[in-house]
Amino acid sequence: MGIRFILMVNKQGQTRLAQYYEWLTLEERRALEGEIVRKCLARNEQQCSFVEHRNYKIVYRRYASLFFLVGVDNDENELAILEFIHLLVETMDRHFGNVCELDIMFHLEKAHFMLEEMVMNGSIVETSKANILSPIQLMDKAS
Amino acid sequence: MIGDMIRAIRACKTAAEERAVVRKECAAIRASINEDDQDYRHRNLAKLMFIQMLGYPTHFGQMECLKLIASAGFPEKRIGYLGLMLLLDERQEVLMLVTNSLKQDLNHSNQYIVGLALCALGNICSAEMARDLAPEVERLLQFRDPNIRKKAALCSIRIIKKVPALAENFINCAASLLKEKHHGVLITGVQLCADLCKVSSEALEYFRKKCTEGLVRTLRDIVNSPYSPEYDISGITDPYLHIRLLKLLRILGQGDADASDRMTDILAQVATKTESNKNAGNAILYECVETIMSIEDDGGLRVLAINILGKFLSNRDNNIRYVALNMLMRATTLDAQAVQRHRATILDCVKDSDASIRKRALDLLYLLVNDNNVKPLIKELIEYLEVSDQEFKGDLTAKICSLVEKFSSEKIWYIDQMLKVLSEAGNFVKDEVWHALIVVISNASDLHGYTVRALYRAFLTSTEQETLVRVAVWCIGEYGDMLVNNVGMLDIEDPITVTECDAVDAVEVAIKRHTSDLTTKAMALIALLKLSSRFPSYSERIKDIIVQNKGNVVLELQQRSIEFNRILQKHPKFRSALVERMPVLDEATFSGRRAGSLPTAISTSSGAPSNLPNGIAKPATAPIPDLLDLSSDDVPAPSSSGGDFLQDLLGVDLSPTPAPSGADMPPKASTDVLLDLLSIGMPLPVQTGLSASDILSSSQDDKAPFVNFNGLASLSSLSANATSPANAAPMMDLLDGRGPGPQKSEENGQAYPSLVAYESSSLRVMFNFSKQRGSPQTTLIQATFTNLSSNVYNDFLFQAAVPKFLQLHLDPASSNTLPASGDGSITQNLKVTNSQHGKKSLVMRVRIAYKTNNKDVLEERQINNFPQNL
Repeated sequence: MGIRFILMVNKQGQTRLAQYYEWLTLEERRALEGEIVRKCLARNEQQCSFVEHRNYKIVYRRYASLFFLVGVDNDENELAILEFIHLLVETMDRHFGNVCELDIMFHLEKAHFMLEEMVMNGSIVETSKANILSPIQLMDKAS
Repeated sequence: MIGDMIRAIRACKTAAEERAVVRKECAAIRASINEDDQDYRHRNLAKLMFIQMLGYPTHFGQMECLKLIASAGFPEKRIGYLGLMLLLDERQEVLMLVTNSLKQDLNHSNQYIVGLALCALGNICSAEMARDLAPEVERLLQFRDPNIRKKAALCSIRIIKKVPALAENFINCAASLLKEKHHGVLITGVQLCADLCKVSSEALEYFRKKCTEGLVRTLRDIVNSPYSPEYDISGITDPYLHIRLLKLLRILGQGDADASDRMTDILAQVATKTESNKNAGNAILYECVETIMSIEDDGGLRVLAINILGKFLSNRDNNIRYVALNMLMRATTLDAQAVQRHRATILDCVKDSDASIRKRALDLLYLLVNDNNVKPLIKELIEYLEVSDQEFKGDLTAKICSLVEKFSSEKIWYIDQMLKVLSEAGNFVKDEVWHALIVVISNASDLHGYTVRALYRAFLTSTEQETLVRVAVWCIGEYGDMLVNNVGMLDIEDPITVTECDAVDAVEVAIKRHTSDLTTKAMALIALLKLSSRFPSYSERIKDIIVQNKGNVVLELQQRSIEFNRILQKHPKFRSALVERMPVLDEATFSGRRAGSLPTAISTSSGAPSNLPNGIAKPATAPIPDLLDLSSDDVPAPSSSGGDFLQDLLGVDLSPTPAPSGADMPPKASTDVLLDLLSIGMPLPVQTGLSASDILSSSQDDKAPFVNFNGLASLSSLSANATSPANAAPMMDLLDGRGPGPQKSEENGQAYPSLVAYESSSLRVMFNFSKQRGSPQTTLIQATFTNLSSNVYNDFLFQAAVPKFLQLHLDPASSNTLPASGDGSITQNLKVTNSQHGKKSLVMRVRIAYKTNNKDVLEERQINNFPQNL
């Protein structure tokens, strides 16, 4: 399945964006988010970006006040996912211009649209920023 | 406006406030839904999504999604689909309602809308939907717009996962996708092929044959392609595509030498040419190494791969090191030698500050340990144990213990290491581990003195490690006399003077400490009992200590202390018999029986001491068969790998009886076996390993040969079955009470008439009975054999078997030559214990073999005419 979920969480532990590619109930989601966030936030800079949790891995990276967490299967290439997180951030940056947490919060649907263009059903679809952003820009122009 | 709502939520200071705000908003949304307001619908939905992300239930908004999807405008549709994906999942029935809309949208003229539909379908479709819409998706795989194609490809992945039967339809289309130029389509196409291969093996074959070449070519193109701004990431063009291609190549090459051959060049190129100073490059190298490890390969590539991993290991970046450790674990199975070279680095990683790295390194190290490097490695690991932090200690301890056990070449090294581990991290040591330690200690009889002294020293320094205390208490109880008298000093030891007082002090500390738990205290109590027998001068003091627990709140301790007190007061004679040295526990049976715990010292003493025929305090319920089977001491461990019933047989035999060599026991159906087994008159038969003298020396007190019921039960049932003297089936019986067995004095006057057990023209057997004082169940029989013929009998052998409720011991005969015509006789002593004394009388089956006139004679008879009340 590849990617199981993508989360963006701030330093206080509040979820800013959550996209799940496998079905979990609401309680499960909250529990999962709580656990993982606690684990990742507790780690310091020098430590590895990969955490093992249950039967999958979490790859995380911190950008300013926001943590990007991606849960992947055990056979996924962690370094590639790390790159993917960076790609995601760069894409959002290009669209929003100096993206920050508030941008994501107030334009949640746009962030979702972008993510949708990049990942579908747990697999990476598109990696070219131009291709990802063109439908979104089109839609912005239309509305 | 959604912005206002978000601001309002952010302004909340407490969770309760937030809940209030959300509730208000939800109410407003619900009202708006009821009014069926077109304009605000998508705003409502956006708000709902936000609310759902916070964790509140939002199912009332699901119908809104549907309405939005059904509307004509693109933004509405967009939000509708997004809402659909976020708020719903494949299990909801509402999803079925969307199928129609989806179908229409898949055929829409606006390709963005088609894209939307594909996206939604790809993320959450259920099996029925997949079946319905599969033909549409197939068609779209060949659409002119690459964006649509790529989405269709990923959608297909979901479809074939949900409905594997449809996979065949997609094979051809997928193959054509591989020839695309557009990266997006290529990536998804490769994904689709990879998943097809996982789902259907004929797809795998197809791709392997047709597409491997093409894939290799594509990869080469990508690797060699010039700079392309769109897909460039830190100098490498589209690393994701690289990685996906490598993954697919891995799937195709696994298990197939042919395909693997075709890939070797490109893999070598990727491995050598990729720059590794950026993460993207490293990601590709990592994938490449994984692929090399998985495909069939001669070795050149493998060396390359392991070198790359070696470089990774010394990289400063933690992520890279982690990844390298991961891969090395796989590499160990393929090429252990190469990995051994990096052992030092891996050892450093175990001590790293990062928890993930530590864990991985420890796992890897565990796989690398072999006989050569085990000693220094364990030394390092134990040193690290002292400084490691709590969460890691548990893991580390478990690994160290299992390593030490696996590779323990000499007992003394094993004991040393285990003592160190116990002193450091005893609280993390699992029960089976210290049980095993005790078994080993009891087997290493020459090390008893050393062990108990070392334990005593350790005990003085680290009393907070519970397990250490337990093991120490057990040993002090068992081998207290060795401790005090400095028995068995090894050269490497420093002399230490421990007085009896010190030993008793130590055990007292264990009882009195408030942190000792129930098990420890119970073990300490019984250790005290043992000490009271070993150090008779301290009986009074020990009694005082025990008495203090008489009123203990815990039933177990109370019971023990009361019973032990009674033993000390009222039954001093039995005390020594009770607490004599533990028989050596059989390692082989123990390790086979690991799951069931071995409560060696933990026991509940049964009632009156006289009911304990064994020198061992029997553990209460279930373990009885265990312990009794385990008490096969004399038989050196390896021998008990013989037949099962032999194990039982031997398992029965207790301390004083150096049972006839288990070693040559295997169920050979021959009388030789019997003769060996029943080698009467041979106090020290052939043994492998453990010498009888050890056992004898360890038994200091006056011991009566004891047997237990269960073992004999199995034993004599065998004998009951093996009858006809015609065949040489071993009439396995005899439990010889061989040995130096100081038998109990046969006092007790003649209360019973003697019995002519058997008489024929050639032989007469007479039994004289006497009772053992104090135990009415036990009868001592003196058998006298008289030769009534005129020929001398040589190699005279008498064997007997008894049914289950009896126990039998046979002492050596006075000789095995029976002079003719009653000129002399052979006497032999038997001891029979009747568990059904009073209810059933004795019965015995005897077999007599001898040589006369150069011919072998065998006679067998059942004796039923024993006096009734024996």
